Amino acid sequence: MRQPLDTFSTTLPPDKRASVYQSTKATHEKRTKLLFDHFADPNRLRELAGEIKQHTLEHLDTYLPAVEAKLQSNGVQVHWASTADDANAAVLKIMRARGATKIVKSKTMVSEEIHLEAYLKKHGIESLETDLGEFIVQIDHDHPSHIVRPIIHKNRREIAQSFEREGLGVYNDDPQTITRRARAFLREKYLAADVGLTGGNFISVESGRLVLVTNEGNSRFCLAATKCHIALVGIEKLVPRDRDLGLLLNLLARSATAQQLTVYTEFITGPKSPTQPDGPEEMHVIFVDNGRTDVLATECRDILRCIRCGACLNVCPVYRQASGHAYRSVYPGPVGAVLSPLLAGKKFPELADLPKASSLCGACNEVCPVNIPIPDLLLRLRDKGKREHAPLASAATPPMGSFATLATHPTVWKTALTAGKLLNVLPTTLLPVPPLRAWEKNRTLPKWRGGEFRNWMKSRPDVRRKNAQNAQKS
Amino acid sequence: MRLFAAIPKMSSSRDQILSRVRDALAPLPSRTPLPEWDASLVRLRNSTTPADLWAPFAERLRSVNGTPLASPLALISFLTENNLLRGYCDPALHASLASHFPPTITLSTELDRSRIDDYQFGLTAAFGAIAETGTIILSDNTTSSRLGALAPWVHIAALRRDQIFPDIPSAIAALPADPNIIWVTGPSKTADVEGILIEGVHGPGLQAALLL
Repeated sequence: MRQPLDTFSTTLPPDKRASVYQSTKATHEKRTKLLFDHFADPNRLRELAGEIKQHTLEHLDTYLPAVEAKLQSNGVQVHWASTADDANAAVLKIMRARGATKIVKSKTMVSEEIHLEAYLKKHGIESLETDLGEFIVQIDHDHPSHIVRPIIHKNRREIAQSFEREGLGVYNDDPQTITRRARAFLREKYLAADVGLTGGNFISVESGRLVLVTNEGNSRFCLAATKCHIALVGIEKLVPRDRDLGLLLNLLARSATAQQLTVYTEFITGPKSPTQPDGPEEMHVIFVDNGRTDVLATECRDILRCIRCGACLNVCPVYRQASGHAYRSVYPGPVGAVLSPLLAGKKFPELADLPKASSLCGACNEVCPVNIPIPDLLLRLRDKGKREHAPLASAATPPMGSFATLATHPTVWKTALTAGKLLNVLPTTLLPVPPLRAWEKNRTLPKWRGGEFRNWMKSRPDVRRKNAQNAQKS
Repeated sequence: MRLFAAIPKMSSSRDQILSRVRDALAPLPSRTPLPEWDASLVRLRNSTTPADLWAPFAERLRSVNGTPLASPLALISFLTENNLLRGYCDPALHASLASHFPPTITLSTELDRSRIDDYQFGLTAAFGAIAETGTIILSDNTTSSRLGALAPWVHIAALRRDQIFPDIPSAIAALPADPNIIWVTGPSKTADVEGILIEGVHGPGLQAALLL
């Protein structure tokens, strides 16, 4: 059985593959240059940020009640949602209490996780994405394929067709025209909306400041035009102190889009100031679990450090070839290969192939601004998949049973090493291992030199001396 | 005053989440300590902190496609050259700056939401700026209208020399007790369509800073 991700990637049109490849590569290269040009020791920054986030995760038992108290004393209403259903219901309850029917939404990954739009629609509430990419995803009934660049898989012609279909003007595929049309359409929507819904990039436990970053200014417009702010925030988004934001913000934009800072970085402590004419008079924070506490209980909890920058997607040789939809979940790329199967809970077996979709090259770990050991976590999940006998965990895995016998019996192993010399004279069609035969079709095996290393090792003077000493002792 | 703010709301989700968090963390043999870190780690290579931060701020602002304006005179010629003749102006700034404006430029000190696109520019007071990043800092208590600083194509934030912070850590250390602070680093932008940079998505396509 082939890996589902491989099957998907063969269906990807070549022009899309090329555009995903080129834009992720370019962003990755700019990111690396910027970090190393700007800082004396960027890797130290990543390690520190990782320790801060790991510390936070391991102290959520005290930090969560502490931030709740802080938010409440700042005048924010705090809600808790164990499940996706709870989170959706909490949003609806706030809407109903205000008699509100229209939401303008700034990009939030949590809302994708809980399928908020479909839920609200069913209950007669219009929610509109305002991030340009997410807006296009919404009108196309599509799914984002990158955490930071949701429509990395679309070209301007497709977008122009969608705009024409939605009555946003006659076909015009100039990116500037597309953007201006969205600007005109969406500002009417902001001004007519009742509630602005956002996610949260960070919340400081110390001050209760909710930090939101965008480049387009859409979250700011949501919070300038509406009278009520709802923030959907994963319970892992806390940071202990305001000063820690100085580190994380320095890493986030550089890692995500190779910018020093995103254009808009907003620190929100509560409803608007009484002297301010614009903005929410009411603010709600909904803390969402939706599987996170399960992840916290596993040896893969480090993945909850993630600050959703997308750097691991941009550098990943698998993501670059397969694009985001191949991961069949909200979070694509290396982070998704760990997080999605874990968040799936009981449905883990359906995504058990994702941890295998990696060559374990380790690039994702090297670029991660919070230094998540993604390759280690992938290995742990491969192990989990095997132990739970998830069929997808074995997709495209060669049978390793005979190798295990070989490798655990020294005499058999030694014989095999010598016998392997036959490969040098026999035709390769007689290779005993089918995957090796397939591999050999396009490549040439190096000459078999089985046993030579053992002989060389044995003949080293230091090894001979040690062996002699050991023989004397016994 | 919210008398019962300190008493946590009892909800089943809340209790469930907190008890699951406790259960998840209980088996850990040790917990990662909170590292101390020095702000010098995020200092840019070769950075200097001159006494007057306007010049480095203006240079960084230009590099993020923003427009520094060194005096009210520079503002007037900027507006005239760009044919920006109708705008929103913070009432307090209006009192101090109105005398510089020629009669061809109309300033409104109130923002009418129903005709938001009639304002070609918004002129509001900043809380401060960050030299290292070319960032303008706005806050609810100093910015007379969030919309006035966002909806018009051009936004001009007025600030004094002594309001400029050298870098991100110093700006964070000085975050005021204000319900809403926003750092603005250049014009609103996107690269969602084929990675092509377009400015002026929802907010200003032209972001300027005026030195008072």
